[in-house]
Amino acid sequence: MSQDKVELVEILRQMILIREFDVLAVELRTAKRIYGALHPYVGEEAVAVGVCAALRPTDRITSTHRGHGHCIAKGADINRMMAELFGRADGYCKGKGGSMHIADFAIGMLGANGIVAGGMPIACGAALAAQLEDQGAVAACFFGDGATGEGEFHETLNIASLWKLPLLFVCENNRYGAGNAVESVRSEADISLHAPAYGMPGVSVDGNDVLAVREAARQAVERARRGGGPTLLHCKTFRWLFHAMRDAPQPDLRSADLLAQWRARDRDPIARFEAVLIARGLVTAADVQAIRDRVKRDLAAAVEFAEKSPYPDPNDLLVDMFAE
Amino acid sequence: MREITVTQALEEAMIEEMERDERVITFATGRAPALENKFGDRRVRFTPISEAAFTGIGLGAAGSGFRPVVNWGMVTFSFVAMDQIVNQASKIRYMFGGQADFPVTFRCTTGGGIQLAAQHSQSPYSMFMHLAGLKIILPSTPADAKGLLKSAIRDNNPVVFFECSRLAGVTGPVPDGDHTVPIGVADVKRAGRDVTVVGLAYYVREALAVADSLAKDGISIEVLDPRTLVPMDAAAIRASVRRTGRLVVVDEAPATCSAASEIIALVTEDPQTFGALKAPVQRVCAAPVPVPYSPTLEQAALPDRGRIEAAIRRVL
Ligand SMILES: Cc1ncc(C[n+]2csc(CCOP(=O)(O)OP(=O)(O)O)c2C)c(N)n1
Ligand SMILES: [Mg+2]
Repeated sequence: MSQDKVELVEILRQMILIREFDVLAVELRTAKRIYGALHPYVGEEAVAVGVCAALRPTDRITSTHRGHGHCIAKGADINRMMAELFGRADGYCKGKGGSMHIADFAIGMLGANGIVAGGMPIACGAALAAQLEDQGAVAACFFGDGATGEGEFHETLNIASLWKLPLLFVCENNRYGAGNAVESVRSEADISLHAPAYGMPGVSVDGNDVLAVREAARQAVERARRGGGPTLLHCKTFRWLFHAMRDAPQPDLRSADLLAQWRARDRDPIARFEAVLIARGLVTAADVQAIRDRVKRDLAAAVEFAEKSPYPDPNDLLVDMFAE
Repeated sequence: MREITVTQALEEAMIEEMERDERVITFATGRAPALENKFGDRRVRFTPISEAAFTGIGLGAAGSGFRPVVNWGMVTFSFVAMDQIVNQASKIRYMFGGQADFPVTFRCTTGGGIQLAAQHSQSPYSMFMHLAGLKIILPSTPADAKGLLKSAIRDNNPVVFFECSRLAGVTGPVPDGDHTVPIGVADVKRAGRDVTVVGLAYYVREALAVADSLAKDGISIEVLDPRTLVPMDAAAIRASVRRTGRLVVVDEAPATCSAASEIIALVTEDPQTFGALKAPVQRVCAAPVPVPYSPTLEQAALPDRGRIEAAIRRVL
């Protein structure tokens, strides 16, 4: 198999894994087998996978409240992710974090974040570290359209550009921040227009076209590695499911028409990419089915791993507070 | 021993730690020419006036292998960075299960008494103490300032380092060489028998002055400086109170939910220390008002020697 084909098939597998992971997470939460808040990434898979396909393991990212996709795309272990959702000792954060705080520092995943825009300065710090280390590493921060209303967004765009930090600002514009449409909360709907104001390139891309995202990210990464500074990557996508759920999903007030448009096969990032790979003769429908089956088996194994893992010992409550 | 000011002591600490470890970097909204000339503008950065961003940048760089010293200027300005302090820095290690260390030091000036009025005269360290996950330092002498800043920079946790404005120009002896002071260890600044006075920052000096004058009346005051507010050296404070049986706590923050309240709780909830108390404990704190500008009002708002002495006489 050519390297290119290996990479493309892996991109497909990751997107399917992210989707199935979150569909399963919703089932598990509905059945109350996991706890707390859940923000499914279904429909936006191409953004995380396209961007992370342009990154190396030594590059660092920060994520959002909707972070499972970023974890998987950066290479996180779904067993430990699932154990974290189950609140178990073998979870990434030993059960202390849950869905909104999964992190894996070993692979450069510096954390999901329950605070809108909260990860942006932290990614900026990781980019500063990369610049000082001078080994060609970069950082990327994922954030939603809603984050553009926060001061932290504007402050970090300015500083990153001023200091020419090797940083990708990846805006996942899924057109809504919780229940609010972008047009209802922004004075200017086009998010890429912030880029020229801060002296950096702003690139709008079809966020449901994984290869387009990867290509845009590659260019931004290459520029960052050369010392050319940050890029604002504006990825236009759509959230298929509700904004968030606890015991039940929050009501979704978006029109059925709109949902149907975005869920159509010609817009679904996975169906589209499958069609591309089949048309190029790189996979068959049977291959895709085999990938899906394997993903389902892997996820079943992850649930088993999580359920076998013990709950954290209450005696360990104070462990991890302070470093030695 | 040579005598230098708190400000000089802090600058020495910065220079020595930056020489010792090239992963120590620093940023502030103002330039630091002495440091910049020595270490260059890669390691000594001045930033836009974007406290939220550069607080988080410090945290992110700390999680990526550096040892940033982030200077907020006044603690006043940290309030626009509260997300990064409260939601991120104080929680990041624990909520991620101890995967990484975050050796970042946040420096800031604090306190009133110099007519800077409400917004620039704040002493909000108890707000930060309340957040589990930050170490909090508040020194009162040049030697402690230097030794504790060096320890803070070497510590692998987020540390908030408060620098009392009224002490900046105060001189005192500072040992030569690599002088460090351990975090979490209180210091008896004056030994005494009759009353324990726990003072914070500027009020350590004021308590010492009161102790001097009361000594003439045969009253023996022990003055104890916690130096670190998190972790608080409860054992040292309790031991002192068990010896004297009396406690007065002096600080320029208002009393409500203050460091003074915390110190008193640590003393009174310990059965042995509680049993040794001979009088109700006393707080000498600021009035519950934003610190006013006019000297007559400001003096009325903040503790002074008269009020410290009156509190001591109440417990005797
Ligand atoms: C500072 C802050 N304010 C409010 C919230 C509550 N909140 C959580 S997610 C969300 C919407 C975020 O929208 P967006 O950034 O577009 O991300 P999306 O959910 O669409 O992925 C809000 C308001 C929060 N977590 N943090
Ligand atoms: Mg959104």
